[in-house]
Amino acid sequence: MIRVSTESTQVRPPPRRPNPLVQAIESVGASLTRTVEDIGGLASLLADVLRWAVRPPFRVVNLMAQLDFVGVGSVLIVALTGIFSGMVFAHQSARAFELFNAKSLVGPTVTLTITRELAPVFSALMVTMRAGSAMCTELGTMRVTEQVDALETMAVNPIQYLLVPRVLAGLIMVPMLVMVFDLAGVGGGYFVSVAVKGVSAGTFIARTQQWLDPEDIAEGLIKGAVFGLYVALVACFKGYHASGGAKGVGQATTEAMVLSALGIFVLDYFVGVILH
Amino acid sequence: MAAAPMIQIVDLFKSFGAHEVLSGISLEVPAGSTLVILGGSGSGKTVLMKHMIGLLKPDSGRVIVEGEDLVPLGAEGLERMRRKFGMVFQAAALFDSMTVYENVSFPLREHRKELTEEQIRALVKEKLGIVGLKNVEEKYPADLSGGMRKRVGLARAIVLDPKIVLYDEPTTGLDPITTDYVDEMILDAKKELGVTSVVISHDIASAFKVADNIAFLYQGHIVEQGPPAELRRSEHPAVKLFLSTWFGKN
Repeated sequence: MIRVSTESTQVRPPPRRPNPLVQAIESVGASLTRTVEDIGGLASLLADVLRWAVRPPFRVVNLMAQLDFVGVGSVLIVALTGIFSGMVFAHQSARAFELFNAKSLVGPTVTLTITRELAPVFSALMVTMRAGSAMCTELGTMRVTEQVDALETMAVNPIQYLLVPRVLAGLIMVPMLVMVFDLAGVGGGYFVSVAVKGVSAGTFIARTQQWLDPEDIAEGLIKGAVFGLYVALVACFKGYHASGGAKGVGQATTEAMVLSALGIFVLDYFVGVILH
Repeated sequence: MAAAPMIQIVDLFKSFGAHEVLSGISLEVPAGSTLVILGGSGSGKTVLMKHMIGLLKPDSGRVIVEGEDLVPLGAEGLERMRRKFGMVFQAAALFDSMTVYENVSFPLREHRKELTEEQIRALVKEKLGIVGLKNVEEKYPADLSGGMRKRVGLARAIVLDPKIVLYDEPTTGLDPITTDYVDEMILDAKKELGVTSVVISHDIASAFKVADNIAFLYQGHIVEQGPPAELRRSEHPAVKLFLSTWFGKN
């Protein structure tokens, strides 16, 4: 007996199109889940880093190398960013203050904005781009080529050997770079205000002294320390957990850069609120 | 009388999500012997080896090394136990920012802080000599061939005179002459240093050359284990099929 399949003759309904609203909600949900996972992972890694930072052996040579890489290596780009940020800000402020004859306020406006906000945010962004990306790529490559596993098999704790020096370097060196930015930014602002916009040097200095308090500089340094800790931690977290070969390392670096840059602005608001 | 086991694995289970990779593995590696864990790609060989050195924690079961169970140990305990091991990775896993000399001397600088630079240099030279390498100390891993990198990896693995050396796919991706050289290197390390070796591989020819015992891993189970001659007589279909790819032609 010949059996004829009826399956092929049945008309199947076309596959249902996914609802765009459901897709959008799913996408937002997945993104939120990833963010919560990242925050949890960062907190856990911070605890591990703190735990291993206080245990011997202390990796002084590794720390020095990272201080040099994160800090000394970033001085030039941070100084250049500072000079031009200060110059642009002075130029725009002077134009605005000219409208109601208050050019004497250019000095304190530029100085306060630089010390409180621009210096920590821009310094951290520069460190993210220059050192954070390199940290993440280096750690990610070490992870996918089993160099991190090799450290473990040699009874060397990779968190202590690789991550602690990098995170400490971020914490220590970004505030130093904030000071460099402060000097360069105020210098650039002074030059444009006095040499280009015709503000008298005495007025610039006197008004700045009148308005600028040590707390303003301290605020920038505290923000710098928080941002430095954060960007180094994010770079280490993403690199240390990279997987999937070269593509995975690239993806981890992209995620680290986005998470660092966004986090700097979010933290800037909350640290500012807490300090005031 | 059989030698006491250096490594003993008892009823080991490991899953990743819903996928069970190891399903009740039990095996023993006598001191001074070479065990080859043979199996196809994705059979769980690397996962099993990572349990032996404590890089992975099992869901249940015991991993006993020289009488001490690794499973309940914390970070410090594992670091102490890992000093008994050297591991040669599939792609060598040399630190690419360091020279050959810095790579091989790395474990000495970490764990033998009493050594002078001259003593370190002498030990590095000696271990590189054992693996047949000369005048490569100042080269970077990127300047070496695959076979040379594996030999540097072995020199680094044995520089602290470990009791156990683990080899992760040591001959994968090598040409036949280099494969033969790596096999000889494993035999020499056993003969000259008296180490206990565990080799994971899917290279049948190498396995039969270097093994005292072979364990065949299939779908998360050790389906056969014993000396190479015994494995050849196995009636297990997976083992027969696997071995026929080599012995069928030779």
